Amino acid sequence: MSVTTLNWVQICKLDDILPLRARVIPAAKGEIAIFRCSDDSVFALRNRCPHKQGHLSEGIVHGHRVACPLHGWVIDLESGEAVAPDNGCTPRLPVKVEDGVIWLGNDVAAG
Amino acid sequence: MSSSSHFVRERLVVVGNGMAGMRTVDELLKLDPARYDIVVFGAEPHVNYDRIALSSVLAGEKNVDDIVINSREWYAEHNITLHTGDPVVAIDLAAHTVTSKSGVTVGYNRLLIATGSKPIVPPIPGLNLPGVCAFRDLKDVDTMIDAAAHYRRAVVIGGGLLGLEAAWGLKRRGMEVAVVHLMPTLMERQLDESAGKLLQRDLTERGISFFTNGQTEMVTGTDRVTGIKLADGREAPADLVVVAIGIRPETELARKAGLEVNRGIVVGDDLSTSDPDVYAVGECCEHRGAVVGLVAPIWDMAKVCAHHLAGGGTLIYQAQATATRLKITGIDVYSAGQLAAGEDEDEIILRDARRGAYRKLVMRGGQVVGTVLYGNVTDGEWYFDLIRKKTDVGDISDRMILGKAATQGGVAPAFDLNAMADDAQVCGCNGVCKGTIVSTINAKKLTTYDEVKSHTKASASCGSCSTLVREILAATLGVEVAKPEIPKVCKCTGCTHEEVRAAIIERKLKTQDAVREAMGWMTKDGCASCRPALNYYLLCAWPGEYIDDSRSRFVNERVHANIQKDGTYSVLPRMWGGTTNAVELAAIATVASKYGAPEIKVTGGQRLGIYGVKKQDLPAVWAELGEAGLVSGHAYGKALRTVKTCVGREWCRFGTQDSTTLGKELEKMTWGNWTPHKFKMAVSGCPRNCAESSIKDLGVICVDAGFELMVGGNGGIELRGTDKLCTVATEEEVLEYAAAFMQLYREEARYLDRTAPYVERVGIDYIRAKIVDDTENRKALQARFLYAQTFLQDDPWAERATQGVDAHEFAKLASPQEALN
Ligand code: SRM
Ligand SMILES: Cc1cc2nc3c(=O)[nH]c(=O)nc-3n(C[C@H](O)[C@H](O)[C@H](O)COP(=O)(O)OP(=O)(O)OC[C@H]3O[C@@H](n4cnc5c(N)ncnc54)[C@H](O)[C@@H]3O)c2cc1C
Ligand code: SF4
Ligand code: FES
Repeated sequence: MSVTTLNWVQICKLDDILPLRARVIPAAKGEIAIFRCSDDSVFALRNRCPHKQGHLSEGIVHGHRVACPLHGWVIDLESGEAVAPDNGCTPRLPVKVEDGVIWLGNDVAAG
Repeated sequence: MSSSSHFVRERLVVVGNGMAGMRTVDELLKLDPARYDIVVFGAEPHVNYDRIALSSVLAGEKNVDDIVINSREWYAEHNITLHTGDPVVAIDLAAHTVTSKSGVTVGYNRLLIATGSKPIVPPIPGLNLPGVCAFRDLKDVDTMIDAAAHYRRAVVIGGGLLGLEAAWGLKRRGMEVAVVHLMPTLMERQLDESAGKLLQRDLTERGISFFTNGQTEMVTGTDRVTGIKLADGREAPADLVVVAIGIRPETELARKAGLEVNRGIVVGDDLSTSDPDVYAVGECCEHRGAVVGLVAPIWDMAKVCAHHLAGGGTLIYQAQATATRLKITGIDVYSAGQLAAGEDEDEIILRDARRGAYRKLVMRGGQVVGTVLYGNVTDGEWYFDLIRKKTDVGDISDRMILGKAATQGGVAPAFDLNAMADDAQVCGCNGVCKGTIVSTINAKKLTTYDEVKSHTKASASCGSCSTLVREILAATLGVEVAKPEIPKVCKCTGCTHEEVRAAIIERKLKTQDAVREAMGWMTKDGCASCRPALNYYLLCAWPGEYIDDSRSRFVNERVHANIQKDGTYSVLPRMWGGTTNAVELAAIATVASKYGAPEIKVTGGQRLGIYGVKKQDLPAVWAELGEAGLVSGHAYGKALRTVKTCVGREWCRFGTQDSTTLGKELEKMTWGNWTPHKFKMAVSGCPRNCAESSIKDLGVICVDAGFELMVGGNGGIELRGTDKLCTVATEEEVLEYAAAFMQLYREEARYLDRTAPYVERVGIDYIRAKIVDDTENRKALQARFLYAQTFLQDDPWAERATQGVDAHEFAKLASPQEALN
C-alpha cells in the first residue's frame, strides 16, 4: 500500500463558476470537473461518466447531483456513485472553499 | 414399459408442445407432480412459447426470449422428457404406443393429444413460391422479419384478427402493406359492420391499404412471388404474401389412429376422446360440436383435463362466451358474445364521432348478451363479466351503454376492489382471475407491477389488461393509482403540465423559483427533467420578460451545438429551404479545414453539418460562418429545425407553385422559435410530395387550387402521417395558418411532446375549430407568435461569437502553477 499526502492547490475563485454549473480543468490523469451547486457547495470529480465517458461538466446540475449529457445517468456529486437503477462510480477529488477561493487536494505519492 | 425401480410410475405422453398441451401439464404438476413419468413430443424445434405474442415479436415490441413460457431447465426440473423437432407420426391405440418421425417409439398409459391447428391453405396457384408464408409459428415470423429486411411490399390475404396483426407488424417493420379480404368489412366474425369500417379507416390512416370484397385468384411469380391477382381483375405487387384466412384443427394423426374425428377430435365433457385412455385439448379438439381458437377456453380445458388425468372425477368443461381484442398498438377494439340483435334482442348504439369511438350492446330481456367496443374499451371486461354471468341489469339497462362509471354513479370512477368478484377474469390470455392476483400479491409480498406480472402471468401476453392489474395491485396494497394517468411534470412534483402552465399565467409566476414555490415542488432546484420544461413554459408565457436560464437547458441548447459521443460538437448552419451558394460553401469548407473538423455531411434536413468541432473553438467557427451570412440552424434545439422544399414550379415539370420560395419564407418567419419539442416543416410543389410534407409537424402540399396544409406528422421513432388541416388559396394564408398552428402547439403541448402526440391528444377537429373555423382566434395566435419572434430571432451564434455572451461556457479554467494529477 502506498502512502499519499495531500497538497492543496489553488484553482480559481468561487465566482468563476456560476451556481448550478461546472468548469473544467486539465490534469495529468484526465480532466477534472468542478461543480458549484445552488447552496454554493463545491465538488470535484473526474470529468467522465462511468457509463460511456460522457463529460459530466456539460450536464444539468440539480441538488448535489448532475445528469450526464450523453444518456442521462445521474451521478451523486457527494459520493461519485451513479444513482439507482444505474451502477457505476466516478472518482472524486478532495476540494475545499476558503474565503471565496476553491482549492483542490492533489495527491502526491510519497515513499 | 417395465422399470427396474420398485415404484413404477405411469407414463403420460403428450403430442404437441404448444399452449394447450403444456398448460395441461402445468396444471397436472400442480395437482400431482409425482404421478406420471411425462414424455412430450413437439413438431417445432423450440421449447414451449407464447403463440399469442408472435404478433408482438413481429411488430418488434418483444423479442423471442421474452415469449418463452417454459425453458429447457423447466422440463429438466420436472423430469419431463422433451423431444423437439420430432413430430409423432403414428399412434397405436391397441398397443398403447406412439411413434415419432425419427423413429422413437414410446409406450403410454395415458395419451394427451394437443396438436393445435394448421393454417387453411386456399386452393390457388402460386402458394408454393418462395416469399409465401402463413402466420402461425416462429418460423413464419422469421420469414416475415427477413422479408421486411430485404423487400418492400407485402400482401396479406385475410382481414381477420391474425391477418390484421400480421399487416400491422409488417407495416411497423417498414413494408408497404395491402390486405386482401373476401368480405366487405374487416374482422366480420368478431366485429359488426360499423366497427369493422372504423377499423379499416384507422388502419388506412396508418398507411395500410385494403382490397375488400377481394377474392384472390392466383399468386404470381416464377422464382419468388411478384404479386397477386384477384378474381375481379385487380392486382397488387408483392415481395411477400402472408396467408391468414383461417385455421383448421390438426386431426390427421388422430384420424389415422382411428379416434372419432369430426371437425376436430371429438371429446366429452371430461376431455377424453373416443378412447378412454386418450385425451385431447386445445384447438385440435371439438367439444359439443364447437371448436375453439382463443386461449381463454383452452385454459379451462387444461384445468379440467389435468383434474381427470390426476384421477379426479368431478370437473366438467363447459364452453363459455369468449372475448376478442386486437393487439395493434393504439387501436382498441373489443368484442364479446353476440354481435348483432336477432328477433328477440335490441341493440343500443353510441357513437362519439370526435374521438372516433363507437360502442354497441346487444340486450335480451334485462341481460347483456353481446358487445362491440371501438376506440374506448375500458368497459369491455365489465360487459364481458355481465355477459358470462348472465347478470340481470334490469332497471339500469337504458344507461348501460354509457359504461360502468356512468351507470354506477360518480364521475371519476375509483377502482373498487371489493366490487370485483374473485373469479372475475382479469387476464384473458393467461386465464388469471382477480382472486389469484390478490392472493399472490399478499402471499409473496409483491409491491410492483412487474413482480405481479412475472409471478401471476397476468398481463404478460398481450398486455391489454395492464391497467386493471395495476389497479388491483394498488387497491390490494391500499395505495392510490390515478386513472387514467395524466403525466406529471416529473418526480419533483405532483402537478401535471397543464396545471403548471395554467398557474404560470393565472398567478403571474415569472421565475422558476416562483413556480416551484407556488406549486409545492419537493426539490429546491428541480431536476434535469423539470428545469428545461419550466424554462420553456416561462419563456412561452412571458416573451421578452422571462430571462432564459441556460443552466436549465440540455447541453446542446446551452452550447448551441450538438454534443457528440467523444465530447466534440457538430455545427449545422441554416440553409434556407435547403438552398445555399458559393460564399456559404466556401466558408463551411474553410472553417472545417482550419479547425480540423474531420467530417462534413449532408444531413437528412437538406443542409450541411460540420462534425468534430472542439468546444473551445465554437465561438471562432461561428464568427467565421457569420461573416459569410450563415446563422445557427438550431439543429440542437427543441426549436424550429428545417423547412425542406422541393424545386417546385421554377424547374419541375409537375410543379404547381413556387414551393422553394414559400419554404424559405416559412423558415424566415419561424427560425429562432423555441417549441415544446423540435418542429419541422416541408413544402412540396405537387402531390408527388418530394419534400415529404406528410410526415412533418407542418407540411404544405401545393396544388393547382392553392395549398393543402397538413399537421401532426412525424417521421421519427413512431411513424405518423399528417392530418389534413385545410386548403388555403394564397401564400400569405399559408404563413398566417402556420404561425397560428405553431403558436397553438407552443401554448398547449406538454414539454417534449412532438406535434404528433399533441394532435392525437386534442384531436384534429379541435385544431380545426381553433384555427380554421375561428378567424379571430387564428389571427390572435398569429399575432402572439410574431410578437414572441421579435425577441427570439437573434442569432445565438453571433451573440456568442462577437458579443461575449456566456464566455465562461467555452473557456476551460487556466491550469494552476502546479501540475495536477
Ligand atoms: C444530423 C441528422 C442526421 C443526419 O446526419 O442526417 C440528425 C441527427 C440527430 N438526430 Fe435526428 N437527425 C437528422 C434528421 C432527422 C430526421 C429527418 C428529417 O428531419 O427530415 C428525423 C425524422 C423526422 C422527424 O423528426 O419527424 C429525425 C428524427 C430524430 C428523432 C426522433 C424524433 C421523434 O419525434 O420521434 C430524434 C430523438 C429526439 O429528438 O428525441 C433525433 C435525434 C437526433 C440527434 C439529435 C441525437 C442526439 O440527441 O444527439 C442527432 C444529433 C447528431 C448531431 O450531433 O448532429 N432525430 N432526425 C439530421 C439533422 C437534420 C438537420 O439538418 O437538422
Ligand atoms: C399470431 C397469433 C396471434 C394470436 N393471438 C391470440 C390472442 O390475442 N388471443 C387468444 O386468445 N388467442 C390468440 N391466438 C390463438 C392461440 O395462440 C391459440 O388458440 C393457441 O395457441 C392454441 O393452443 P394449442 O395448444 O391448441 O395449439 P398450438 O399452440 O398451436 O400448439 C400445438 C403444437 O403442436 C405441435 N404439433 C402438431 N402436430 C404435432 C405432431 N404430430 N407431433 C408433435 N407435435 C405436433 C405444433 O407444432 C404446435 O407446436 C393467436 C394465434 C396466433 C398464431
Ligand atoms: S438515426 Fe439519428 S439519432 Fe440515430 S444514430 Fe443516426 S443521427 Fe444519431
Ligand atoms: S456516458 Fe453518461 S450516461 Fe452514457
